Amino acid sequence: MRSADVAKAAFLVFLAALLQVTVFASFDATAGSPDVLLVTLAAVSLLRGPVVGAAGGFFGGLVADVATLGTLGVTSLVLTVVGYWLGRYGETTGRDRAHAHLLAVFVVTALYAVGAFAVHFVLGDDVSAGFTLGRALIPALILNTLAAVPIFALCRRLLVPSRAVERVREVSLLG
Amino acid sequence: MLLSLVMITLSFRAGEDGGGLDNLQGAGATALRPFQIGIERVVRPFRDLYGWFDGLSDAEAQADQLRAENRALRQELVDSLGAAQENQQLRKLVKYKGPPSLRDYERVAAAVVSYPPSQFVQELTVAAGWADGVRVNDPVVNGDGLVGRVTKVADRTAQVSLLTDDSSPVSAVDVRTRAAGIVQRDRAGSDLLVLDYVAKSRIVHKGDDVVTAGSQRGERLGSLYPRGIVIGKVKFVSQDDVYPFKRVQVDPYVDFDSVDAVFVLLPKGTERP
Repeated sequence: MRSADVAKAAFLVFLAALLQVTVFASFDATAGSPDVLLVTLAAVSLLRGPVVGAAGGFFGGLVADVATLGTLGVTSLVLTVVGYWLGRYGETTGRDRAHAHLLAVFVVTALYAVGAFAVHFVLGDDVSAGFTLGRALIPALILNTLAAVPIFALCRRLLVPSRAVERVREVSLLG
Repeated sequence: MLLSLVMITLSFRAGEDGGGLDNLQGAGATALRPFQIGIERVVRPFRDLYGWFDGLSDAEAQADQLRAENRALRQELVDSLGAAQENQQLRKLVKYKGPPSLRDYERVAAAVVSYPPSQFVQELTVAAGWADGVRVNDPVVNGDGLVGRVTKVADRTAQVSLLTDDSSPVSAVDVRTRAAGIVQRDRAGSDLLVLDYVAKSRIVHKGDDVVTAGSQRGERLGSLYPRGIVIGKVKFVSQDDVYPFKRVQVDPYVDFDSVDAVFVLLPKGTERP
């Protein structure tokens, strides 16, 4: 992968993290807000694979945690796993599927909510499963899936699918 | 992942006193501040436009309600002014020294530069920090009432834990009946607060205002907040045989989802480390 590509991906994730904490986190439509950082990370990971996805997740989470003076590493931890999983999905099952990005964002929004809930629960924060996995999740699923359309279009324009990713071998079952 | 886990561990080990990692985070936050302020300025007109359209739907009903409230408040103001003057004279006569009030604090205005990144966190970041005299535990208010307290300070930014955070309980009283208790978050995910630990023998009415109780500065376990900052209005009162106190739900005046500027209160006339 070229360094220009890495710079573009890093810029996208950096911008998304800042927009998320500065603008979108306060946008409270229908009791939820879109997570543009998660959606941008999904786009970058699907287009650039698991290593860039994991690195992007770590970087985006770090920017979010630093900007909000939050507990360092919490957002990074969940987003690193999310970025890696999305990258693998993009390389394997999601390849050549027209709606892979929408499906990926939908599924990863739910998984991210569960993962973040688990991490905050383990860290002793006062969290509500009913609110996180019920009332807040449904608007998040809808808003993130809607946000995926323009964000993916923008990311695809900036990060043209690389040949390296296209050349990745298909996973085949032996026997 | 390992790096994330190491950072989480270091953050927790550093605690509120901070440490090397906290200093690095503070420097990072200061570096990000111009970007955040830039984005905030670009987005502000769009946000205002959204707020304008959002407010249009119930503007008429709200205007009628506010007119009625205004009439009632006008009379109350006249009564209060007389009482305040009398109070002032009596205080002078007996040389009374009460707990600190808002007049004993300076205000530092600060824009909100970041909002909670997820619903698990009830914290804001504001564009005022150590260099502006802000310190940990300083009270934070806005035009509507109490917002929270400062929990972390960097050079040019500070983290504010909202009143809806479970680590921000506040001693408070019912203005009308002086029933005292502790205001804290109702439950995770709820927008309401509770005035807890109110004795069953005390009277609390629905619609009463709840304000900070305050306590003498320098007292052991004294309140962090000056007296008389409005918190909210009593929404629901009940009691039963199971719980030893009244159950009082409070609807906060501050809309914690749309706070965009705050005042950090700094005590006047005290040397700060």
